[in-house]
Amino acid sequence: MDKLRLRFEKTGRAVYISHLDLMHTLQRAFSRAGLELKYSEGFNPHPQISIALPLSVGMSSVCEILDFKLMTEADPAQLPVHLNAVMPEGIRVVECYEPVHKVSQLKYLEITGTFEYDARPVSEMKNTLETFFARESIVITKKTKRGEGPSDIRPAIRSIAFAEGKDAVLLRAVISAQEPTLNPTLLADALRQLSPATEPDFAQFERIENYLENMEIFR
Amino acid sequence: MDKRLERILPRVQKPARYTGGEYNQIIKEKSSVDLRVAFCFPDTYEIGMSNLGMSILYHTMNSLDYVWCERVFAPWGDMYDEMKRAGIPLYALESGDSLDAFDVLAFSVGYEMAYTTVLDMIDQAGLPLKSSERTALLPLVIVGGSAAVNAEPMTEFIDLFLIGEGEEMNNELLALLRTAKHEGWSKSEFLRRASRIGGVYVPSLYEVSYHRDGTIASFRAAEGAPERVLKRVVVDLDSAPYPTNPIVPSTEVVHDRVNLELFRGCVRGCRFCQAGYIYRPIRAKKPETLIRQGVEALQNTGHEDVTLLSLSTSDYRPLAGLCDGLLEYCESRSIGLSLPSLRADNFSMEIMEKLQKVRKSGLTFAVEGGSQRLRDAINKNVTEEDLLNTCAIAFAGGWNTVKLYYMLGLPTETDEDIIGIADMAGRIVHCWRENAKNKNRGVKITVSTSCFIPKPHSPFQWEAQISREEYLRRVSLLRASINSRNVIYNWHDADTSVVEAVLSRGDRRLGPVLEEVWRNGGRLEAWSDYFDFQRWMEALDHHGLSAEFYASRERRTDEILPWDVIDVGVRKEHLKREREKCFASELTPDCRHKCSACGALRLMEGGKCDG
Repeated sequence: MDKLRLRFEKTGRAVYISHLDLMHTLQRAFSRAGLELKYSEGFNPHPQISIALPLSVGMSSVCEILDFKLMTEADPAQLPVHLNAVMPEGIRVVECYEPVHKVSQLKYLEITGTFEYDARPVSEMKNTLETFFARESIVITKKTKRGEGPSDIRPAIRSIAFAEGKDAVLLRAVISAQEPTLNPTLLADALRQLSPATEPDFAQFERIENYLENMEIFR
Repeated sequence: MDKRLERILPRVQKPARYTGGEYNQIIKEKSSVDLRVAFCFPDTYEIGMSNLGMSILYHTMNSLDYVWCERVFAPWGDMYDEMKRAGIPLYALESGDSLDAFDVLAFSVGYEMAYTTVLDMIDQAGLPLKSSERTALLPLVIVGGSAAVNAEPMTEFIDLFLIGEGEEMNNELLALLRTAKHEGWSKSEFLRRASRIGGVYVPSLYEVSYHRDGTIASFRAAEGAPERVLKRVVVDLDSAPYPTNPIVPSTEVVHDRVNLELFRGCVRGCRFCQAGYIYRPIRAKKPETLIRQGVEALQNTGHEDVTLLSLSTSDYRPLAGLCDGLLEYCESRSIGLSLPSLRADNFSMEIMEKLQKVRKSGLTFAVEGGSQRLRDAINKNVTEEDLLNTCAIAFAGGWNTVKLYYMLGLPTETDEDIIGIADMAGRIVHCWRENAKNKNRGVKITVSTSCFIPKPHSPFQWEAQISREEYLRRVSLLRASINSRNVIYNWHDADTSVVEAVLSRGDRRLGPVLEEVWRNGGRLEAWSDYFDFQRWMEALDHHGLSAEFYASRERRTDEILPWDVIDVGVRKEHLKREREKCFASELTPDCRHKCSACGALRLMEGGKCDG
């Protein structure tokens, strides 16, 4: 059977499952649902299953993308029902379809975030954040495979906006998902490095939607 | 989820082990149950979630509609420190509720090095450590598991112990507790009545006095309490509860697989082996039951591996048929089937080929002693000839790694026996040269030794452990005797073995020692990261006790032993007889060849021992 694509949510308690463990967890869910994954050929066969953009531990998402192949024909419309019946808490399949775009075409991610401030007024922080992220370049020291180096994260932020929440500043942004990849936690890291007075006591992020270069929704 | 927890979790290693929410976890409505049980495992999530006993009892307790049983594990050091700093108490995984919401703290304790973690978890639950300081009926703190066969070092802290298999006993106890809670009984009233349930040991109902030399002078039961507590067993394993819908961890655990238990007990009677005596009599499951349960569990979990558990897998009579039945399901689905603990003496080509079909793992043999004389003395019925024959078949079949386990310090061991270990490893290398199909891949023989620990309820329960210094001398001797570069030698350190030896045959006077070690930071001490030998020695010293008294002292056979109050079924006379036969290097045939009337059968009314 041809390649299929799942869109699934990873929220609540499931956000602490690491990428590797998630792959394993999903494989077992397929097996419980009686869906046999296609294995690769070769000396060490492994199931043909891949997640478009690995998600950091602690981050939630309502738009995870999983590509896979099955051994036998299956009705994509029925797959979410079968899989959701055997999922751990916090993982929920939203839909299953034949892929329209290539994973390499996935360019932008829409994310939301909460910046919690325990002892600083939210309204004031919101303004400081807006000013900070309005800069033309935000050069931070980033750990890379080759060690630490300077990196400007501003070009990877397509849009960013802040709003006042109850005990936190709420963020909504569209950031580059691939080439370059911007891990949302770098937004908080940038504050720690360049504007410590604005660094939140706790920051949390959620992926909302995937887009192509032209801001069409990735499918 | 607790806000404070949300902030901590991204910072700790493997946070998924602290969240719960796994597939097949059991969630109930709090208001609809009468008793909430916190099933506590005094070690990490990865270890506890690999434990079949825990999985079975989680389900049997939850099968009662008035009980909600949840899991609690001990957090690793980083999480522990973060929780302390944030003021987060220990909590159960299913509901996330802290332990003060529970009626029962039930610990499963399988090894001595977990004792201080038990104390730590009682403390993290916000409870006084000592049973006598917890005056209310609830929460009740109870312990089961194989470490309870000598409960004495823990008696000060625990309200009652469950001796033996918990499938039926736990639920009888919970039924009584439910009544007690409804009717408002006092704790002492409840404990008195609980002591009449078979297998329940209430230590506060017994009074112990000591001679000047530290040995026990008397051990008296209060009115109504049994003189000796008889171990509980399940008579029919085929109808005993086995969860075919176990929890599937969302993160890696030690044994991430479906566990099928072939039988309980062991026919072999190796004299050093506590497990071989305390799990008697022998009761097997039918292969049909196992195949059905195995397939169901594989379907319900999606696991890629299934393993056959028992003390000696190759003694399971219908093993070949069972493997065939399981492989029929597993092979086409790329599910691996593994058999730990095969014996060298009846390891057949047939079984080996079956396993090879799916996945090939290394060969492991517990040889225990380096010479035939010593193996006869400990009744380990493995001959070098058997071992070499098995290896020859294995090498011809393509295997090229063999692990050999031995113990140093077994009763009657001489230097000659130790040199014999090196000789045997050398002959296995030679055997590989003669039989291997493909010599380019090389061969790896790993020899591991640990320091023998005499255990309660085994024929060696009266024996002295060798000292650390003597163990290290024997290690050096063996190291010097190994001269093949294909043989790798690993040895366990002796420090943990000394502490284990102290605790496993300890008495009630060790309570304050445990408490002091815990107060000085002792927890998770089965992990070398956290074990501190000096801390134990100092605590013993402070309380006027010595490791030598417990570990390296030979007991007189007429001495009252701290664990005599526990009757595991096998008679003391049988243990004495076996010990005598050891000194005479005399074998005892396995139970299948000749029943040696050990006494365990009296645990099963109307049951039949499968020996």
